Amino acid sequence: MSKRIDVNNLNVYYSSFLAVEDVSLAIEPKSVTAFIGPSGCGKSTFLRTLNRMHEVIPGARVEGEVLVDGVNLYGDNVDPVTVRRHVGMVFQRPNPFPTMSIAENVLAGVKLNNKRISRSDADDLVESSLRGANLWEEVKDRLDKPGSSLSGGQQQRLCIARAIAIQPDVLLMDEPCSALDPISTLAIEDLMQELKDEYTIVIVTHNMQQAARVSDRTAFFNIAGTGKPGKLIEMNDTPVMFSSPSEKATEDYISGRFG
Amino acid sequence: MTTTDQSPETAPPSDYGTHPGAAANHAFKWVSTGAGSLILITLAAVATFLLMEAWPAVSMPAAELGESVSFIKPEDGQSLLEIVGYLVYGTILISVIALLLGTPVAIGIALFISHFAPRKLAQGLGYLIDLLAAVPSVVYGLWGVAVLVPFLQPFYQFLADYLGWIPIFAPPESGEVFTGRVALSAGIVLAIMIIPIISAVSREVFLQTPKLHEEAALAMGATRWEMIRMAVFPFGRSGMIGATMLGLGRALGETMAVLMIISPGLTFSANILQPNQHNTIAAYIALQFPEANALGVNSLIAMGLALFVITLLVNMLARWVVSRRSEFSGAN
Repeated sequence: MSKRIDVNNLNVYYSSFLAVEDVSLAIEPKSVTAFIGPSGCGKSTFLRTLNRMHEVIPGARVEGEVLVDGVNLYGDNVDPVTVRRHVGMVFQRPNPFPTMSIAENVLAGVKLNNKRISRSDADDLVESSLRGANLWEEVKDRLDKPGSSLSGGQQQRLCIARAIAIQPDVLLMDEPCSALDPISTLAIEDLMQELKDEYTIVIVTHNMQQAARVSDRTAFFNIAGTGKPGKLIEMNDTPVMFSSPSEKATEDYISGRFG
Repeated sequence: MTTTDQSPETAPPSDYGTHPGAAANHAFKWVSTGAGSLILITLAAVATFLLMEAWPAVSMPAAELGESVSFIKPEDGQSLLEIVGYLVYGTILISVIALLLGTPVAIGIALFISHFAPRKLAQGLGYLIDLLAAVPSVVYGLWGVAVLVPFLQPFYQFLADYLGWIPIFAPPESGEVFTGRVALSAGIVLAIMIIPIISAVSREVFLQTPKLHEEAALAMGATRWEMIRMAVFPFGRSGMIGATMLGLGRALGETMAVLMIISPGLTFSANILQPNQHNTIAAYIALQFPEANALGVNSLIAMGLALFVITLLVNMLARWVVSRRSEFSGAN
């Protein structure tokens, strides 16, 4: 269920533009790993290479390896569609399908993987996924209402329910709380702590307090200037990163001297 | 600001009074309201005209009307109502053929341009489609008669030979499809005519699909086609229906192409491979109008009224379909 990720010498391109340069890092299973850094440093771009969503953009490509439990996601016989069924993703803005009900949203991914699912299995899965996303109690009486009728925070938890319904190996979260109010943010942070018992979680965040609160390890990305590629500056256990980082740039960023 | 003894007459002009944009805003309000009203007035005027001009023919006893209008032949048992019936049937039959053949192709083209083609090719194709929408129908009619109908004739013969047992493909009694000037040809040419408008509108709608929803589908492991079914179609549903209705509107009202292609007739036949079976309201009006006397014109206008009513009904149906699930639309 939960898998480790090893990235070796990854370069990420948009056409000929090198967006992220030479990243090597390891992400442990059953943990939360946070990517922090200033805007434009390539942390979201890098995150999207972990489920091959990067290449959805025309001209985008990657050099190097991403190993999930030893299997290179960019190997010859790997289908990006299959990769995405194993590495789930939650986006910055909540994006439930507006034409589907709450229950249909949860089942959307499952219906792709396994077209036939019995009614009772479907009901069970909707309940367990929504419980997993701490949303069940709030929506159990209106599962047939459109997903867009929920509040922003609820919609984001619905998206998490949708992602965990297909039982991925890894869950990627791209600034999942940046469009949410503090209470909804707290709900999602609590949820991450529960989810990490089962999943490998990687989160990109602009909010350093959030990284400090939820993550076990933190990676700091930085960019030398506009037009230059983003780089991984350092990665360490979160308490170490926030108390005694080894790089000057990290310390400047964390203490608020820039960025 | 501290003067309290100033009388209102000598008070300086207020800073919070009118502003320079107010007049333009006012003018805009009236121009837009006027434009909105104009469309209602036009519609009402057309409806009134149709009703008033059709009335003399509609209210007259059938036998009397048959005597004075050359194209109604009471000796064959025809009445105005019967002819309108045949024509409404023919119009709808041919338009439905056009829609059934044209819509899937048009949606396919739109999807190819919006989601599959490389950007440069997509742009060129888009221009080409817009251009096709601007080709006059008489040109399509000429091309249909001169090129398409002769080309399709052997194919029709094949259909009649092998699928003739299906009633709609039944050949004429001789078993030979001599001419391609049949309802199916008219339907095919109309399909080609409505493809550009449907695909142009659908393409715009598909391009508006939020990236967010497309990525949501892709990120859970949807293939591109599954993504289109999950994100693009539901979002573009009302737009697609609107585009189809635009196409249907063009097909229902199309005159020249049908007039030039079809070998007309007045029956309720379902045999789309047989000539002299069908005609459409618009083509019939165009055919009879030059030689019609006063009452004949009234009769033709009654047919126009029927077409007007069909178009209204089709549009209302489309609105109803779109509004049925508005709660689930992409708009909220």
